[in-house]
Amino acid sequence: MAIEDMTIEDMTIEDMAAPSIQPSETPLVLYTLRRADDALILGHRLSEWCGHAPMLEEDMALANIALDLLGQARELFAYAAKVEGRSNDEDKFAYLRDVRQYRNLLLTEQPNGDFARTIVRQFFYSAFADLYWRAMMTSADTTLAAIAAKSEKESAYHLRHSSEWIVRLGDGTEESHRRAQTAIDDLWSFTGEMFAVDDSERGLIDAGIAVDPAALRAQWLKTIGDVAGEATLIVPKNDWMQQGGRVGHHSEHLGHLLSELQSMQRTFPGATW
Amino acid sequence: MATPNTPLWEVFIRSRNGLAHKHCGSLHASDATMALQAARDIYTRRGEGLSIWVVPSSAITASDPAEKGMMFEPAESKIYRHPTFYDVPEDVGHM
Repeated sequence: MAIEDMTIEDMTIEDMAAPSIQPSETPLVLYTLRRADDALILGHRLSEWCGHAPMLEEDMALANIALDLLGQARELFAYAAKVEGRSNDEDKFAYLRDVRQYRNLLLTEQPNGDFARTIVRQFFYSAFADLYWRAMMTSADTTLAAIAAKSEKESAYHLRHSSEWIVRLGDGTEESHRRAQTAIDDLWSFTGEMFAVDDSERGLIDAGIAVDPAALRAQWLKTIGDVAGEATLIVPKNDWMQQGGRVGHHSEHLGHLLSELQSMQRTFPGATW
Repeated sequence: MATPNTPLWEVFIRSRNGLAHKHCGSLHASDATMALQAARDIYTRRGEGLSIWVVPSSAITASDPAEKGMMFEPAESKIYRHPTFYDVPEDVGHM
């Protein structure tokens, strides 16, 4: 019996709650889901600022960046669904996977904190994303290359936006400098995960489909160093890096984030408007 | 909400089909770079334009509306100032 034909008496607990799905993660599906999850989770975090930003212009700017990232997530989820070849789609991936199936970087799920923390997180991510998408424009996978061409322009702007703020926060008041430096110190250990590669990606890199992110690290460090220098901020030297997001081992934050993101679809399965 | 550190800026956008920048609104920003970015984020979301000018509002001097009569009425009845008495040859095209 289709759910839309049921009355409340017909429903069992399995009908009422939307169960989680576990995608079939062949290498290309897994690779695409990782990028899609980065964009979705970071976009969701930025959307939490809507109506709360320190000034109206930033409320719009952060919401715009969130929308850019959500657009990237949609395209990547749609492609992952197509490659997977089952009956999944962008909504199922976003709303019906549980924490352990999410593949985003730990950096993206970190809480917004104050404005400086949000900007530092964006700066770290966008400095990588800009290099990543530019490199992916020559991917052997034509769909990913096309997504990269569009996303690169968006990431370039996100990097510019966050870089200008880093300079003004760092080289600003004593308070803004302190908050920016604290954010850099706290988030630094989440930056290494962006450059890590595992076995599932090696094959894709050899096939020219994926880029080796380790090749982007030197340029990323230079960008971080140049902007931080201008901002009179100090780049930490610790080598120890957090990891685990790429295989579903997440911080405690992601569960709470997904409980908000997925609450409607879990409560009213298949709801549309 | 204006503070001393975030003055008001006037925003002018030239659309993709236009020849001149048109005033489309204002915003607060701490400096010219941030004003340009904010203008891009607020006033070009729907593909309104390809070029942005931002000007500190304090740089703009405006005519006094109370002086409209003195400033503009004398020009209304001087048709000799308009170039409408010449026959423009067709080959010249639009002038």
